[in-house]
Amino acid sequence: MPRASAPGAVVFADKPDSMDFAFFLIQLLNGLQYGLLLFLVASGLTLVFGIMGIINLAHGSFYMVGAYLAWSLSSMTGSLTAAILLAIPLTVILGMALERLLFRHLYQRDHLYQVLLTYGLILVFEELRSLIWGDDVHGVAVPALLNASIPLTENLSYPVYRLAISGVCLLLAAALYFLIQKTRIGMMIRAGASNRDMVQSLGIDIKLIYTLVFALGIALAAFAGMINAPLSSVFPNMGSQVLIICFVVVVIGGIGSVKGAMAASLMIGLAETFGQVLVPEVAGMIVYVLMAIVLVWRPEGLFGRT
Amino acid sequence: MQKKSNYDRRGFLKGSSAIAGATAAGSLLPVGTAMAQQGKLKVGLMLPYTGTFAQLGVAITNGFKLAVEERGGKLGGREIEYFTVDDESNPAKAPENVSKLVQRDKVDVVIGTVHSGVVMGMAKVLKESGTLWINPNGGAGAMTGAACAPNFFRTSFSNWQTTHALGKVLKAKGHKNAVFITWKYAAGEEMMEGFKEGFEKEGGKLTKELYVPFPQVEFQALLTEIASIKPDAVVAFFAGGGAAKFLKDYQAAGLKGKIPLYGSGFLTDGVLDAVGDAGEGVETTLHYADGLDTKKDKAFRLAYAKTFKLQPDVYAVQGYDAGQLLAAGLEGVKGNVGDKVGVIKAMEAAKIDSPRGQWTLSKAHNPVQDMYLRKVVGKENKVQGVAWKALADPARGCKA
Repeated sequence: MPRASAPGAVVFADKPDSMDFAFFLIQLLNGLQYGLLLFLVASGLTLVFGIMGIINLAHGSFYMVGAYLAWSLSSMTGSLTAAILLAIPLTVILGMALERLLFRHLYQRDHLYQVLLTYGLILVFEELRSLIWGDDVHGVAVPALLNASIPLTENLSYPVYRLAISGVCLLLAAALYFLIQKTRIGMMIRAGASNRDMVQSLGIDIKLIYTLVFALGIALAAFAGMINAPLSSVFPNMGSQVLIICFVVVVIGGIGSVKGAMAASLMIGLAETFGQVLVPEVAGMIVYVLMAIVLVWRPEGLFGRT
Repeated sequence: MQKKSNYDRRGFLKGSSAIAGATAAGSLLPVGTAMAQQGKLKVGLMLPYTGTFAQLGVAITNGFKLAVEERGGKLGGREIEYFTVDDESNPAKAPENVSKLVQRDKVDVVIGTVHSGVVMGMAKVLKESGTLWINPNGGAGAMTGAACAPNFFRTSFSNWQTTHALGKVLKAKGHKNAVFITWKYAAGEEMMEGFKEGFEKEGGKLTKELYVPFPQVEFQALLTEIASIKPDAVVAFFAGGGAAKFLKDYQAAGLKGKIPLYGSGFLTDGVLDAVGDAGEGVETTLHYADGLDTKKDKAFRLAYAKTFKLQPDVYAVQGYDAGQLLAAGLEGVKGNVGDKVGVIKAMEAAKIDSPRGQWTLSKAHNPVQDMYLRKVVGKENKVQGVAWKALADPARGCKA
């Protein structure tokens, strides 16, 4: 975005309501950046949903757990990076334990059981959060190295941390794609998703693979909570806000498709950003209208398999 | 704070009218004579004790009980028996919860609540039952507006009040135009209206109203829009986690220090620990502030801190004043709560000596109170002066 990134080079029109080209580009950046963040949160959900067939309503709770871990560990260690490095193994262990103890028993059951279990987990996690960390709003400091803003116009700057998060999201997306499409483990995961029994009879430890995939999904949600904590603050019920939009992403993108989740996240990010600015009266609806249109056109989602 | 769409509210209000009807039938019994004169006064506390607003519920309860303790544990010579219901800030359960207090426990007075949606759910039931009701927080305009009733009292604020005085403030600072940004829901819109009216009266122009769907906290697009509009000032209402995020995003977008930020006091209450220096210098209006330094406020803060080992906040003050208002009502009738007309008259005439300063009630039973201009200095909302002396809510649509 050459024009916008040159500070002072932009001349403003005196009509304040007109969106000139520079601001259009900045809004485009806002939309893409928001979309990438959505992708990070939703990717874990689409993995668990698509590959294991688990409807995980507690996905938002893991996002919250990640954010609270980032806050409590970073206030202990004084560094968000250290907090994230400590918290990731914790969430992986949490994910593996939950899969072993609870989710494993539900693969063969109806979705209703999963919905009940994961809804129960939401309540348990909220209560635990209240007991362990309390009900206050907390802030997490942006790492000093990234705590800067790039001036875009005379009175608007872009936080470096937001750009860094976008970079991390892109890297993770590439890594996920590589893992699932190009590696041996990815092949087993995909095979397991389409025929669990066949894979098992070929001597592959499908149980272990499921445990790992589930833990990966949980860790992705928690990681999104962690790196987003400096931007969003840390507060009770923060997971429930994220959960709904994640399901929208998964449904639009096609269940289980990482590629679809990326496309849907970017679509939603752009739709919401421009919706808020251009048609503020109906901004709250736009995402759902978009979802309805996609579902009428392609009921299986953009990249879903029928 | 107050969530749920109008659609939901209407839905459950319809459902609640059956309960309300039953309650009304109950109140036809001659309550005054049926109740033993010397018995305990039954006070029903309907407040959030779990969930996001749990702390607010606790602060209000503490404040109320402090006011009672200061009177020797008695109001109008009568001892108090408390009945407690956790409303969970859930509007859908409001009629059921308040009916528990009114029908099952047969309380003399209901104290509650925080969430405006729940307040409106309570209003329906309490209008029918005629039970004395003191609301120590929820600012929904309708409670002391279109839905007002003789038995409805509020010791906190109307949403309109919390932003109306900002018009004057902005004018005094030489700002000619402003942008208002808030969540798109009842409280946000009422605060926007309150500001718009006050600002336009002063000749100011509200250039644009920006809304974020409730309870989303993604502000980047609208902050970009603000930078492109370049108003003289920005006025905001968010609360809790949303407020913390807004303050930080405003700073990160480079707008802080370039376009001055104002707001309803909730923008900077209870979030200053979370936002670092992002709140520094933000000016807001509210009916309470840090550093008022009056004798009453000092005494209250000391007593509260001693009793509960906690620092009081605006919610504790509102709960405390609910206790004071009820005390005034009962003293007026020497504890004979059966004389409802007498209680209401005594409460209407009360001058409440509050930690926030003295206030009286409007005709619609909402406080007529001074709105302070506060400025964030460090971790405090330091008082800068009185932005509007004795501000009364217009109580539009109140015919009672």
